[in-house]
Amino acid sequence: MKSGSQSHSLLIQGGRVIDPAAGIDALMDVLVRDGQVAEVSLPNKSRAGGDEKLDARGLIVAPGFIDLHVHLREPGQGYKETIASGTAAAAAGGFTSVCCMPNTTPVLDSPEWVTWLRQPQRGAMVNVFPIAAATQAGKGAVLTDFRALQRTGAVAVSDDGKPILSETTMREAMRASAEINFPVVQHAEDTRLTQGCSMNESETSFRLGLRGMTDMAEAAIVDRDVQLAQQFNGARLHVAHVSTAEALKSVRRGKRNRARVTCEVTPHHFTLTDADVRDYDTNFKMNPPLRSASDREALLVALADGTVDAIASDHAPHAPHEKIIEFERAMFGITGLETALGLAITVLHVRQKIPLARIVELFTAGPARVVDLRGRGTLMRGSYADVTIFDPKKRWTFDAAKSRSKSHNTPFDGWPLTGKVVATVVGGRVVYRAG
Amino acid sequence: MPAIAQPVVSKGTARGSLLGIEGVSAAEITKLLQLARKMNPQKARPLLRGKRVLLLFYEASTRTRASFEIAAKSLGAMTTLILSSGSSIEKGESLLDTAYTLRAVGADVMVVRHPNAGAPLLMASHLDIPVINAGDGMHEHPTQALLDAYTILRHKKKLAGLQITIIGDIYHSRVARSAIHLLSKFGAKVVLCGPQELLPELSTTLAPGLHISRSCEDAVRGADAVMVLRVQRERLAGLKVNLQDYISRYQMTMARLRLAKNDALLMHPGPIIRGLELTWEVADCPQSVIVEEVRNGVPVRMAVLARALGKAK
Repeated sequence: MKSGSQSHSLLIQGGRVIDPAAGIDALMDVLVRDGQVAEVSLPNKSRAGGDEKLDARGLIVAPGFIDLHVHLREPGQGYKETIASGTAAAAAGGFTSVCCMPNTTPVLDSPEWVTWLRQPQRGAMVNVFPIAAATQAGKGAVLTDFRALQRTGAVAVSDDGKPILSETTMREAMRASAEINFPVVQHAEDTRLTQGCSMNESETSFRLGLRGMTDMAEAAIVDRDVQLAQQFNGARLHVAHVSTAEALKSVRRGKRNRARVTCEVTPHHFTLTDADVRDYDTNFKMNPPLRSASDREALLVALADGTVDAIASDHAPHAPHEKIIEFERAMFGITGLETALGLAITVLHVRQKIPLARIVELFTAGPARVVDLRGRGTLMRGSYADVTIFDPKKRWTFDAAKSRSKSHNTPFDGWPLTGKVVATVVGGRVVYRAG
Repeated sequence: MPAIAQPVVSKGTARGSLLGIEGVSAAEITKLLQLARKMNPQKARPLLRGKRVLLLFYEASTRTRASFEIAAKSLGAMTTLILSSGSSIEKGESLLDTAYTLRAVGADVMVVRHPNAGAPLLMASHLDIPVINAGDGMHEHPTQALLDAYTILRHKKKLAGLQITIIGDIYHSRVARSAIHLLSKFGAKVVLCGPQELLPELSTTLAPGLHISRSCEDAVRGADAVMVLRVQRERLAGLKVNLQDYISRYQMTMARLRLAKNDALLMHPGPIIRGLELTWEVADCPQSVIVEEVRNGVPVRMAVLARALGKAK
């Protein structure tokens, strides 16, 4: 995507603009110029014409979606995904910004790698915001240099894929977080309780003869972390992929006590339950695992009532040789960038009647706040010209074979969905348009 | 090409596969047991002459392996045994590539034991020949359940109404899961007994008609058969079980066994660890059918193989 030297403008006409951060939900035109939002005005009131026009009648025009939790697999695991292929999938899913996780090869634990990741030759189609490792080599022992990572462009730190298990290390992380106002993203799992486990502890796990993870393995860590976050004024804890009712209780307690605690929920956790793990299909194996029906109910409540800050895909591409094997040996994780919006509309809006404005908030203003992406997650004048245009009524069927991701490990292949991305605009340029 | 076999389990898998008891109906089980009664390992019937039975064992086995091999040979089949050690599995060949390789050398049926639950299903869903589960992780061991039912029915008229007590490490036991499915399908009353770590409360959700008892005495009282299971130390995965405490609370002793019916059967899938889950005396007592179970494994597996290859006559 090469931006021309001349001024370029795009007028998105006649759509319903939903911008929760600006408190807008109305039929408006959006004019973007030179990579910024120039004007949001009543239909046909725009003074400038726009070099390019996009007819958005009948569509929702939203701030560009932000995904806080994506595995782009580079450096080192390009056979699963590359920054180019992963961000192409992001664009097709309506995401204009993705935060990528550091459990790469090597682990993204230095400013040099953060710089490398952000170089234009990586071929990113959308904005990429690195989340760097919280500890050296992601080993959970010695903290990385948060300040240097922040200065180079990392938006948070995390040892995602693994937790920071040691209480001492987590306490240090919270102290460092408070000092420089930098979020620490925790994959909450007490791995001492989950050895050899490949799904949620449940009737299904017992029936299949698979070792089960209990909800306490997640909740105990979230509870401890929220308490640690409260000990340091200004410390920022973001709980990745919350999946249990018990863990949500701790998040709520932290928020009530005015701790700076945020959390995200994935589409697969609000859509599926452990009972869906039939016949050892490894496309239903991820970590945290699919949970009980009552856990899912609790997530739906928390998504509606504001407890949850963001929907994040936890897009985790894997190659066939890592997935088409014995369930217990298969890697954890599923792809999710291209199904996130469809699942959110289908499950949260159509079935659960959660208003579209709240869903848009979970994809935009919510995640922007979690990692301080200033000028994103809103269409206010002067913001970055990142726009997601979608049809909330469009029915379609997801075909994994046509995914832009390099990997096709998804449980949603062939799923009928409602709500589809029509166009994705990054920095004023259309990077995806539905065929 | 083998003749068309009756599907024992059908779910996108080759006809004739036996992957678990859960998906097999009581009627099909009855047919298999009837067929087993016609099988006599002493009198060879070359039903499977020219057939190649591949025995693929990723885990240690004495009974199951020997009886499958003898069963196959008694039917005139050729057998080849592949162990994970000493084969290309050691070099990192995947399960499916191993399966394709063995299919390519001419396997007509594959018998597989594997430490991972669901491994036989994975193979069956990628192969055009039947796969027989000889034990997969903590999931199922269907031929063990069949031979146990066969053994009980040598001594009792029917399974319905019997009280069968299963004692020990049920959580880690594929034998228990298969036995529970089978006994429940036939209307037996199944009492499960063991400590919380080895018998979680949700065990009763596996099938209808299950009860949990934490007292060995209560569980054994009035039983028609007592099935004792081994503590699977190789599968404990960090779980701490105090063996002294286990022995004092759950070991099958003559005193405890006497609480069962006078003609109760004492069963154990083996291998037995004398002095742990049962005493020396119990293993060899007149009610013990432990050796008979092993013996019955041969005709039962003959029936399963014959059925898999469409020779169930």
